[in-house]
Amino acid sequence: MQEKLVSRAKELLSDGTVVRVLGWRKGDTDFSAEPAFFESAESLDEFTYDGFCGANLSKYMIKASKEEGKTLVFLKPCDTYSFNQLIKEHRVDREKTYIVGVGCDGKLDIEKIREAGCKGITAVTEDGDTIKVATVYGDKELKREDVILERCKACKGGKHVAYDELAEGCDEEKPAKEGRFELVEKLEAMAPEERFAFWQNELSRCIRCNACRNVCPACSCIKCVFDNDRYDTAQKANTTTFEEQMFHIIRAFHVAGRCTDCGECSRVCPQHIPLHLLNRKFIKDIDEFYGEYQAGEDTDSRAPLTNFTQEDVEPSIVKERG
Amino acid sequence: MPIDNNENKEFKPVIVAFCCNWCSYAGADLAGSSRLSYPADVKIIRVPCSCRVNPLFILRAFQKGADGVILCGCHPGDCHYSTGNYYARRRMTLLFSMLDYMGVENGRTRVEWVSAAEGVKFSQTMNEFIEQVRSLGKNVRLEDLRCKKN
Repeated sequence: MQEKLVSRAKELLSDGTVVRVLGWRKGDTDFSAEPAFFESAESLDEFTYDGFCGANLSKYMIKASKEEGKTLVFLKPCDTYSFNQLIKEHRVDREKTYIVGVGCDGKLDIEKIREAGCKGITAVTEDGDTIKVATVYGDKELKREDVILERCKACKGGKHVAYDELAEGCDEEKPAKEGRFELVEKLEAMAPEERFAFWQNELSRCIRCNACRNVCPACSCIKCVFDNDRYDTAQKANTTTFEEQMFHIIRAFHVAGRCTDCGECSRVCPQHIPLHLLNRKFIKDIDEFYGEYQAGEDTDSRAPLTNFTQEDVEPSIVKERG
Repeated sequence: MPIDNNENKEFKPVIVAFCCNWCSYAGADLAGSSRLSYPADVKIIRVPCSCRVNPLFILRAFQKGADGVILCGCHPGDCHYSTGNYYARRRMTLLFSMLDYMGVENGRTRVEWVSAAEGVKFSQTMNEFIEQVRSLGKNVRLEDLRCKKN
């Protein structure tokens, strides 16, 4: 698959359709891939597409859209939702983008592979639903379902909502997975004290690295409310857990109705805070109160928070439903 | 012996009320000129429209020591800017639901539509709300001690 993507990218570069390619290359380890721009055929030798290419490339198109010429970008099905959302917000230029849709069977989480008891990993190979892990202590086989990223457990399905061409191996018919809101419902069923304790415990681990903000395709303001303009630096110091709670409420609120549930925030969190549970709560509420809405599914509908009806529920519903 | 012993005093909640300039602020004014009483612990902040209230304002009020926050605006359909309060309604519904989800008592937040002619409703709402917040006690779940003066 990787070779086919590279040869297609080389073709498009050489015939002048695009002037640069946005893809992934190996990161610090073999089990992490990072987004990268490639401007020549030779540099494409570094291109990689494997189970660890979880990074959503759509946000990088904001930068690429400001440059001369067309950019080839590889998008997984869920990434195309983020891309559509960015088109809707006029943050990326569709004319300057050539999208090749790539297939995805759920991306792997190296932390989960390690937690499954693999130490000294030397190689990870995918074979359908089996993940073969080679370690210095011997080989091990894991089930894909057990080691995929948290967000892939609520996969939106195999459909690309925006593309110019589809690479081999795309399954457009792959159905979405059920149970996206299971954990949210579980939390809702808890007593307020338990919920508070849960979030206090989770959020007090926050180190304000701002990774969740920086990676989020919906969080694309040039100037952010959390930047401290007095010192021209992000305000990182935290004194109490409550301040972290404020940050996370606002972060989630600012993307409410625009969040496509791509799950990047939880993927990049170095402290493993389940940030997607905040976003999903907003999505669930929006679905319940204002009708089903999937951000990024199209490019012309109005977002729930920039829209209204005269019959909307009153805020007192929160208290009434208990 | 301390002169100012807070422990023996009755708990007085601090309420921040965001009132829109066109309806609710005038409603509060009418409540005042009609000699209707509501506790002085309600701190009114005048905003041009209920949709001017950013979720940050509400969190900031809690952070600075408010025990309850209430947003008052024109009745739906009566907004001076036609549609502002409809947007505010959606935003606040989602914000309050999130606060509830994070374990903050849902009685500490409220939205009430008060017109310029409803001085009675204004004072009643404030009295009710302050009683509700008093029964919940001091706000400890959503405050940042750093913002408080000793």
